[in-house]
Amino acid sequence: MKKLLWFGISILGAASLGDIALARGEAINSLWLVAAALCVYALGYRFYALWIAAKVLVIDDTRATPAERFDNGLDFTPTNKWVTFGHHFAAIAGPGPLVGPTLAAQFGYLPGTLWILVGAVLGGCVQDMVILFFSTRRDGRSLGQMARDELGPLGGAAALIGTLAIMVILISVLGLVVVNALKHSPWGTSTVMATIPIAILVGLHMRHFRPGKVLEGSLIGVALLLFAVASGGWIDHHDLRTLFDFDGNTLVWLVIGYGFLAAILPVWLLLAPRDYLSTYMKLGTVAALALAILVMHPEIKMPALTRFVDGTGPIFAGRLFPFVFITIACGAISGFHSLISSGTTPKLIANERDIPMIGYGGMLLESFVAIMAMVAATVLDPGVFFAINSPPGVVGQGMDAVTTISSWGFPVSMEKMQALAADMGEKTLFARTGGAPSLAVGMASIFGNAFGRGLLAIWYHFAIMFEAVFILTTLDAGTRVGRFMLQDLLGNLYKPMGRTSWYPSVLATSAAIVASWGYFLYIGVIDPNGGVNLLWPLFGIANQMLAAIALSVATGILIKSGKLKYAWVSGVPLAWLSFITTSAAWEKITSSDIRIGFFSAADNLAEKLSLGKLPPEKAAIAPKLIFNMQLDGALTLFFVAVLWIVIFEMLRVSWRKAIGLPVPPVSESPHIPSRLVEDWVRD
Amino acid sequence: MKRLWEMIRRLSGDDAYERYLAHCKTAHPDRTPMSRKAFFIAEQERKWNGVRRCC
Repeated sequence: MKKLLWFGISILGAASLGDIALARGEAINSLWLVAAALCVYALGYRFYALWIAAKVLVIDDTRATPAERFDNGLDFTPTNKWVTFGHHFAAIAGPGPLVGPTLAAQFGYLPGTLWILVGAVLGGCVQDMVILFFSTRRDGRSLGQMARDELGPLGGAAALIGTLAIMVILISVLGLVVVNALKHSPWGTSTVMATIPIAILVGLHMRHFRPGKVLEGSLIGVALLLFAVASGGWIDHHDLRTLFDFDGNTLVWLVIGYGFLAAILPVWLLLAPRDYLSTYMKLGTVAALALAILVMHPEIKMPALTRFVDGTGPIFAGRLFPFVFITIACGAISGFHSLISSGTTPKLIANERDIPMIGYGGMLLESFVAIMAMVAATVLDPGVFFAINSPPGVVGQGMDAVTTISSWGFPVSMEKMQALAADMGEKTLFARTGGAPSLAVGMASIFGNAFGRGLLAIWYHFAIMFEAVFILTTLDAGTRVGRFMLQDLLGNLYKPMGRTSWYPSVLATSAAIVASWGYFLYIGVIDPNGGVNLLWPLFGIANQMLAAIALSVATGILIKSGKLKYAWVSGVPLAWLSFITTSAAWEKITSSDIRIGFFSAADNLAEKLSLGKLPPEKAAIAPKLIFNMQLDGALTLFFVAVLWIVIFEMLRVSWRKAIGLPVPPVSESPHIPSRLVEDWVRD
Repeated sequence: MKRLWEMIRRLSGDDAYERYLAHCKTAHPDRTPMSRKAFFIAEQERKWNGVRRCC
């Protein structure tokens, strides 16, 4: 009977995949995407995850986990697996899986969807699960510590630098998404600004008025947030609107100022309460979106493949291979997750047998979020999608953009864009790059059809607020982590700098981190090509580099513990990632196409500048842009160098193991029998 | 229904102080546990001293 069920799921999955892959010329329904995804996930979990758990990792449910051995009632606590799953998912799911698929939809719905499914089932989920397992077996140690213990000091240093670098790039690109979404949008800006006093109010409630009453405080906060979205509409029709109408340059400074304040203020005042709010918004919205897609099952209007697979896409340049794999990192495989899988989660695992469900299952759910983002992007008319997402530097402004985009075979008209902007309560939707506005339009149209069309503008700004809130949470939490890492590093040079409570050090290191991402953010905003097309590939490369470090650690551990014949489980995704990351980096560095190659773009601009071919306003910013492109190129080189250093370290250690030379010992903690198991048996 | 409510409280950290008190009672009966307020502040500081959120 069970076999029959799995046979049925396989048939349905194959049929759905076949349908989405082979549909040509006729519109397909988004339900096929959802069905294909769910079947692939079910099969991946049942037949791959559980196989890895049983045969490769050899999960032992009689072994005491760190949560049981070090139970302190605080971070180490044996926790119910569904609760741990909730914590883990809330920690790994950020704005990444929403933005990446939206940008990659320029290739059509098919390439991104296939990579999200295959990448997650064979790569991302495996990474999250094996790192979670190895960290659980090592007292919940972090990825950096595991890299040092298992591969040596070079591996450890690479993991640390990689994490710091990815944090800076991540924050700047996400900051850019927020700035582009709020540019000249008084409704959006006032709503997002209101989230700050609301968070502070919630913080005070939890700290002073009713200490520790987390649920109560969060409920008040969520209610206030929804009220802020609605009253933003009122502000938009009032004279007050001019107070919240900012251009990009002003917004950049506001975001930078916010980031700095959030990093130095006590966590209970702003950061922690805002995180509570963003977590509830995130879980609630994701659930509502899933429900709305199931109820509405809209038709997909984007073709399976567009002409832009040849590399001429307006949103970002570069051919399908390798750029679809770099653009969609989160949702398929995200190195950042390995920090969570070796951070808070392993300290909660009550029993090793929960690991597949939490590690592999958590990533499956994030991958599903990416599929929903893909649906929200592709249910828009392609013409509208390109008009929203294409930077003016590529398609021109207003009427020019309409003509260019229509000439590609994606008809769109000025009237249509104006009507849409009016529906959404915005002045214009042209060139709102970064993915957030087009996702918000997509979500608003799905929600609008499901729950009431008259509220389109409210849905749109709800979606913008939802994205901005948790982007800002990533921004302040990331700045804080960056600050700690920097303090840790500087503490080696001058002791007091390492003290996390010494105010001069707090201010100096916070300022340094904010300045690093603030720089990229600022350049991204003044760049006429939108900035996202420069920064997002850099972020993808950095994130995949971190994933490769995590997979190297995992592969190294498998080989060292005598499981060479299973090393392909993490070795194959590692090989694929290093291949795509290196080829993408190679193109970004050497390509003579000025839209792809960082250095050729810098040279091209420098030449135009020296020949005096640039209009004065462009000539003024040109030197900054030239320097930035050279810096981006250098960073790309640096990321690839770090990636290969770690891979060679792993191969060196494995080779030494194979020929019998001494290697760093496997740092697994000794087996201590679990007492919880007996308790459960008795229950 | 009661179990669902407990799950929600656990997930949100609403019951963290009660769990801490219970832990103190069994593991360190000789020490006085922190007050609700002090516990909340200490927990927030501890929680945010590492990577807790992702992209």
